[in-house]
Amino acid sequence: MLSAAVALAAAGAQRAVALTSNTNTSIFSPESTPSRSIYELSLFVLAVTGGIFVVVGGLIVYAAVRFRERPDDDGSEPPQIFGSNQIELSWTIIPVLIVVVLFLATARMIFAIQDAPKPAAALEMSAIGHQFWWEFRYPALHITTANELHIPVSTDADPRPTFMKLTSADVIHSFWVPRLAGKVDLVPNRINELWMDPHTPGLYVGQCAQFCGVEHAKMLLRVYVDTPEQFAAWVKQEQQPGAQSPASAAGRREFESQACMNCHAIAGTAAHGQFGPDLTHFASRKTLASGAADNTTENLERWIEDPDSIKPGSLMPSMHLTPDQVREITAYLNTLQ
Amino acid sequence: MADQVLTIPDSLSVSPPQIADETFLERLHGWVVTVDHKKLGILYVLYSVFFLFVAGAEALCIRIQLLRAHNHFLSAAVFNRFFTMHGTTMVFLVGMPILFGFANYLIPLMIGARDMAFPRLNAFSFWLTAFGGLLLYFSFIGGFGLYGVGSAPDVGWFAYAPLTARAFSPGHSTDYWALALIVSGFGTLGTAINIIATVLSMRCRGMTLWRMPLFAWLMFVVSGLTLITITPLTAAQIMLLIDRYLGGHFFDTQAGGSAVVWMHFFWIFGHPEVYVLVMPAFAIANEIIPVFSRKAIFGYPAMVAASAAIAFVSLGVWAHHMFTVGMTSVSNAFFTLSTMLVGVPTGIKIFNWVATMWGGRIRFATPMLFCIGFLFQFLLAGLTGIMLSVSPLDWQLHNSYFVIAHFHYVLVGAIVFNIFAAIYYWYPKATGRMLSERLGKWHFWLFLIGFHITFDTMHFLGFMGMPRSIYTFEPDRGWDRLNMIVSIGGFIQGVAVLIFAVNLVWSYYRGQPAGDDPWDAWTLEWATASPPPEYNFATEPVVRSRRPLWDLKHPEDPDWRYEQ
Repeated sequence: MLSAAVALAAAGAQRAVALTSNTNTSIFSPESTPSRSIYELSLFVLAVTGGIFVVVGGLIVYAAVRFRERPDDDGSEPPQIFGSNQIELSWTIIPVLIVVVLFLATARMIFAIQDAPKPAAALEMSAIGHQFWWEFRYPALHITTANELHIPVSTDADPRPTFMKLTSADVIHSFWVPRLAGKVDLVPNRINELWMDPHTPGLYVGQCAQFCGVEHAKMLLRVYVDTPEQFAAWVKQEQQPGAQSPASAAGRREFESQACMNCHAIAGTAAHGQFGPDLTHFASRKTLASGAADNTTENLERWIEDPDSIKPGSLMPSMHLTPDQVREITAYLNTLQ
Repeated sequence: MADQVLTIPDSLSVSPPQIADETFLERLHGWVVTVDHKKLGILYVLYSVFFLFVAGAEALCIRIQLLRAHNHFLSAAVFNRFFTMHGTTMVFLVGMPILFGFANYLIPLMIGARDMAFPRLNAFSFWLTAFGGLLLYFSFIGGFGLYGVGSAPDVGWFAYAPLTARAFSPGHSTDYWALALIVSGFGTLGTAINIIATVLSMRCRGMTLWRMPLFAWLMFVVSGLTLITITPLTAAQIMLLIDRYLGGHFFDTQAGGSAVVWMHFFWIFGHPEVYVLVMPAFAIANEIIPVFSRKAIFGYPAMVAASAAIAFVSLGVWAHHMFTVGMTSVSNAFFTLSTMLVGVPTGIKIFNWVATMWGGRIRFATPMLFCIGFLFQFLLAGLTGIMLSVSPLDWQLHNSYFVIAHFHYVLVGAIVFNIFAAIYYWYPKATGRMLSERLGKWHFWLFLIGFHITFDTMHFLGFMGMPRSIYTFEPDRGWDRLNMIVSIGGFIQGVAVLIFAVNLVWSYYRGQPAGDDPWDAWTLEWATASPPPEYNFATEPVVRSRRPLWDLKHPEDPDWRYEQ
C-alpha cells in the first residue's frame, strides 16, 4: 500500500511535468506494450514488497518502543531466550513462498517480453552506438540517420511494432526510452534485440544509460512516433539524396574540401565518411550533437567552429575554419532538408 | 574437567600497560613496525576514516555539480574522475579495510588469543593495502605520466571494457586503477587467510566453534568468501593489463575480444563483494543488538547457517548486474530466482535481530541507535533489491538513480551506520575513553535525517528515468527539484560526519574514562583492560558458553546450562 502510494506520487509528479512538455521519462507512464507490462508487474512487486515493509518495519518499531528501557525498571536482566526452531522454520518457509510467487510472476513476464514473436508487419531497423551519438539504420528502406529515431505508431487495428537490433561501434552504450521499453545495451561485437509498439504518436525522449566516456550525459535520444501518414512521408523524404541547391554551392565546396567529409556522409555527394552522423537530411532534425543543442543556425555555427563549446570532449575536432567558411558550411547544412 | 574452572578473572589481573617516555619518533617507529593486531586494527580504521573523508568530499563535489540542470561546478572530465574515485575509494579503501580493521582488532580479543595467527603477514597485508590506496590517489598527479597533466581514473568503478582499452582510455589513469586494486587485493587476501587461520587455530580453551561469538563467525565466513571473490578480480585486472600493454585481446572488442567477459569477471567478484562488505556489518549488529537489548542473540545456530547460506547463494547471483546486456530469457530467469533466494537467509537475520530485541530492555545508547537505523534501512535495501531482481523491472531501473539509491541504502544505510555503531561501541575498549554521547546523538540524528533526504529521494529520480553517471542533466526532464533535495541531504550528512570527527578527537583527550566493561557486555574483549595490554590476557581464558562474561556475572544462572 505504502509503495503503491509511492508509485502514485512518482507518477503524479511526473504527470505534472508531462502537462507542460513531452519530455517525460517516467517508467510509470508507459506508452508501449513492453513498458506497460513492466509497469503492471512493478505495481504487483511494489504491493508485495510494500506489504513486507509494513509488517516487518512495524515489528521493528514496535519492538523498539515496547521493549525500551524505562526509568522505573529495577535494573534486573530480562528473561534470556535463546531461540526456537519452530519460529525459525516459519520465518524461513513464508519468505520462500513469497519468493516462489514473485519468481513465477517475473518469469512469465521475462518470456513474454523477451521471446515475443516478430509479426510480419514489424518494422526492422538497427541502432549503432557511437561515442557519443546514435546511428539508426533501416536496411529494408535504405535509410541511415542519426540521433532522432522515427518509428510508426502501432495500434490494435494496425499493429506495426518496431524490432530493433542493437550493437556498438566502440564502447558499451545503452538504449533507454523509459516510456517505450526497458533498456537494452549496445555491446560491441554483439547484437542485441529490443522491440516496442508505441500506441500514441508524439515525441519520446531518453538517453544513453551506460557510462560510455566523457560526454555520456549528452548522448540524448529522441524518438518520434509517427502516424502512418507521417511515417510514410518521412521515409519518402529520407530516401531522397541530400538536396543540392546552387545557392549553397560554396558551402558544399568547403564541406568537401575540408576534413568534414572524412567523417560525415551526405548521400548524393562525394561525402561518404562513416565516423560521424549521416548528414543527408540534417536540416530536418530538431537538435544537433545528439541532443546537446537545438538545431539553430547560431548553435550550428558555434558547433562547427568549436564543438567543445557545446559538448566538451566530443570527438568532432575544431577545424579552425575562418568565420566565412563556418557561415558557408552552416548555410549548406541548413539546406539539407 | 579442566574447563569446569572459569579462569577469566585471572586474565583480568594484568599489570598496567607500561608508559615509557618515548619521543614522538620512537612512537611513530613503533606504529610503523608493529605486528600487534590491535595497533594494526587501529591503523586500518584510521586509514579508512581518512579515506571516508576524502571520498565523502568527492561525493559532495558531485552533488554540488548536480544541484541544478546544466551546472558548471565540475567539468565533465573531472566529474567522471570524481564518481569513479568516489566509488573505488569507498569500496576498496574504506569499506574493506575498516571491516578488516575491526576483525583484526576484535577477533583475537573475542576468542581469547594473544594475537592473530600470522602477525607479520598481518602487518604486510596492512601496508600492501595502504600502498594500494596511495597508488590509486597518486594517479591525480601521475595519471598522464609525470610529464603531463595528471588525471585520475575516469571509467566508473566497475570499469567496463572496452572503455578501459588504450584506444578509449589513453594515458595511465586506468593502469593506476588496475594496479592499485591488484596491490590492495593482495593485502586483502593476506588478511582473509590470517582471519581464517586465527579463527581455526587460536581459540582459547573451551571455545568450540559453536561457542565463538557471532562476530568471529561472520568474519570467518566473509574471509572465506573473500578468498573466492578477490581472485577473479585480480585475474581480470591482470588480463586488462595484458590487453593494454602486451597485445592481449581478452576484452579488446576491436580484435574480437569480449566486453561481456569483463562483466562476468567483475561481477563474480563484485556481487559477493557486497556481501563481503555487509556481513561484517551484520557481525557488528550481532554483538551490539544483544548487549543493548540485554538478551542473548536469538537463534545463534540459525544466524550462523544464514550467514553461510548468504555466502553460498551470493556466488550464484552475479549476472543480475547484467540483465540488460542481452542474456537469454532462461539466464535472466535463473539469475532472478537466485537473487530472490538471497532474500530468504537475509530475512532470517532480520527476524532474529527483531526477536532478540523482543522482550528485552533496550538501552538507546548511540551504538544501539545506529544499529536500529541499520535494521530499518537494511530492510528497505533488501526490498528494493527484490524489486531489482525482477529482471523486467531491472530493464527499466538498471543504471538509473534507483540503483544508486538501492546500493547506497546497503552501503551507507546498513554498512556505514553499523561502522559508526561499532566505533561508538568499541572506541572505549581501544582508547580507554568513552565517546561523547551528546555529540553521538547529534551525529546520529543529523546523519539519519541527511541520509533519508538524500537516498529516499534518489529512488524517485530513478522512477523518473534519470540515469546514473551523468555529469549534468537536461532542464526539461523535471529532475531539478529532486536533485536539489538530494544534494541538501548530502550536506547534512557531511555536517554529521564532521561532528563525528570532532567527537573522535575531543573524546580521545577529554572523554569519560571507560573502565574495562562500560556496556556491561558479555564477550571476552570486555574482560581485559581498556586499552588492552599488548598481550591481551595475562593468562589464557577458559570459557564454557557463548557469553563467558554473563556466566561470570550471573553464576546463579549461567548460559552453559542451556546451550547445546
